[in-house]
Amino acid sequence: MDDAAPVLSTADLTRHFGMVKAVDGITVEIARGALVGIVGANGSGKTTFLNLITGYLTPDRGRIEFMGRETTGLPPRAVTKLGIARSFQVPQLYTGLSVPPRVAEGLQILERFGLGSYADRPVGQLAEGGRKLLDIALSFALRPRLLLMDEPTSGVSIDDKGPVMDTLVGVLRQSDVTTIFVEHDMDVVQRYARRVLVFDNGRVIAQGETGRVLADAEVRKAILGHA
Amino acid sequence: MAGTRRWPAPMIALALFLVAPLLAPGWIVFVLTLALAKFMAVLAVALFLRGGLISFGHALFYAIGAYAVGFAVKWLGVADAVLLAPLGAVLAAGVAALVGLIMARYRGVFFAMLNLGVSMILYAGLLKFYWVTGGTDGIGVRSPTYLGLAPPREVLRTAFYYFTLVLAGMAVYIVYRFLASPVGYFMKALGDNEVRIEYQGESVRRVMYLTYVLSGGVAGLAGVLAAFAVGHIVPEYAYWAQSGEFVFVALLGGYGTVPGPLIGSLAFEFLRTYASKYMPEAWQATLGVIMLVIIMFLPGGLWTFYAAVAGRARRKSEGLARG
Ligand SMILES: Nc1ncnc2c1ncn2[C@@H]1O[C@H](COP(=O)(O)OP(=O)(O)O)[C@@H](O)[C@H]1O
Ligand SMILES: [Mg+2]
Repeated sequence: MDDAAPVLSTADLTRHFGMVKAVDGITVEIARGALVGIVGANGSGKTTFLNLITGYLTPDRGRIEFMGRETTGLPPRAVTKLGIARSFQVPQLYTGLSVPPRVAEGLQILERFGLGSYADRPVGQLAEGGRKLLDIALSFALRPRLLLMDEPTSGVSIDDKGPVMDTLVGVLRQSDVTTIFVEHDMDVVQRYARRVLVFDNGRVIAQGETGRVLADAEVRKAILGHA
Repeated sequence: MAGTRRWPAPMIALALFLVAPLLAPGWIVFVLTLALAKFMAVLAVALFLRGGLISFGHALFYAIGAYAVGFAVKWLGVADAVLLAPLGAVLAAGVAALVGLIMARYRGVFFAMLNLGVSMILYAGLLKFYWVTGGTDGIGVRSPTYLGLAPPREVLRTAFYYFTLVLAGMAVYIVYRFLASPVGYFMKALGDNEVRIEYQGESVRRVMYLTYVLSGGVAGLAGVLAAFAVGHIVPEYAYWAQSGEFVFVALLGGYGTVPGPLIGSLAFEFLRTYASKYMPEAWQATLGVIMLVIIMFLPGGLWTFYAAVAGRARRKSEGLARG
């Protein structure tokens, strides 16, 4: 597969909930190896977009292609098997269970995420930052080609955001996984994302190199939300 | 050191099971055999309880195993335990493979009651087609042969005890392998977070289905052994109260582990034996009180009690070693 071909592309991706146009005709391409941030106000459709790509929701309209293959309408487990993994805004963990057996090098991966000492301890003992990391580690352990992270630092204390992101980006740099992460903390996006997609009311209103896009006044207004 | 500390309990248990018939009177060997047989059905139910699912219909598979023996004896004149044990288990697993297609879609109350419903259909059939099944009279089962060999009269009971012990050991091994496998792991996770299971690339329905088939087969094996042990089978094998008993015993012993159901089955069968002798009227009430006590004070079952004591002993010995 040639390097220039996008890993992920969507065309006119649309999902409405009644009157709410959660995702409204999104057409994007994500280049291989990219680390892309998605920003946008609360309710602008970021999570819904991830839910559509991973098959948790089916689109009303539009098309999703992953590595040149149409994945529209496939259920999460099929999408996962093709190589897309995701983490969740609210960590989705198994309480009381430690690392799943499917995670072949489970312990090594936990160590890379700085969670080595938690391999055989119940999940309940982890603080929020650790839960976020474990949630991401579970996804990462599937050796995806594309990793989607939904607000990896939400619920993480301000002091811990930097360390959590540093750990994440450190691990990601050593692999060639393409990453999209939703984040509404502008500082985090500025620091870690090369490119951003700006969501507003289910549409992508701007995209491109992070510094340049976030400098735009219209964009800043959209991200902070409409009064 | 760690190894020598970890091994004794199962080793001692195994040794006790091995020598029991040499030391204990016949009636104890009988109760032990029945407890070991039913333990497998309890284990089958526990596979689902771990995942937060309760089945009030596993007597279905238990009865299929038992009636496989009954029909073989009655219609074919075959009473070979070595032949009928796998046959009964496979038949039960086969039915589970059919019924499981439906069950794998349901959770919670629906799963519990659908299982109950299907088992009651079998129960009604066993009553109705009495010319085949013997109806409420049931079917008498004679002592088994082993690959055609009939043990001498004096050791019949002992022989069957050891046969049951070996099969229980095999069932335990298979269940352990299952619990250590990804499907076993996800079955436990199922009560926790189905969304994440799908996002681990595993099909929740497949996990349910495979567990159901295994569970049915193991419960069927229990039925085969119980039929031989008791020597008489009746439609009550399929009755919902029997299913309820399996759930009860799983809670009594603790369903989170393999030893839990074993401890529960032993406790239950001995309790029943004593109760039917000394307080036949108060038996049901006794069960009720025990269940109350377990749920209120030992929600992990009798097993937690053992685990706590063993844990304290271990900490103590480690403390001494470090001392
Ligand atoms: N399952 C759902 N049912 C109904 N409305 C939904 C559902 N999921 C999201 N929405 C609505 O769609 C919009 C976008 O939500 P979401 O994608 O979660 O936004 P974000 O992640 O950007 O905060 C919101 O108005 C939200 O209320
Ligand atoms: Mg969101």
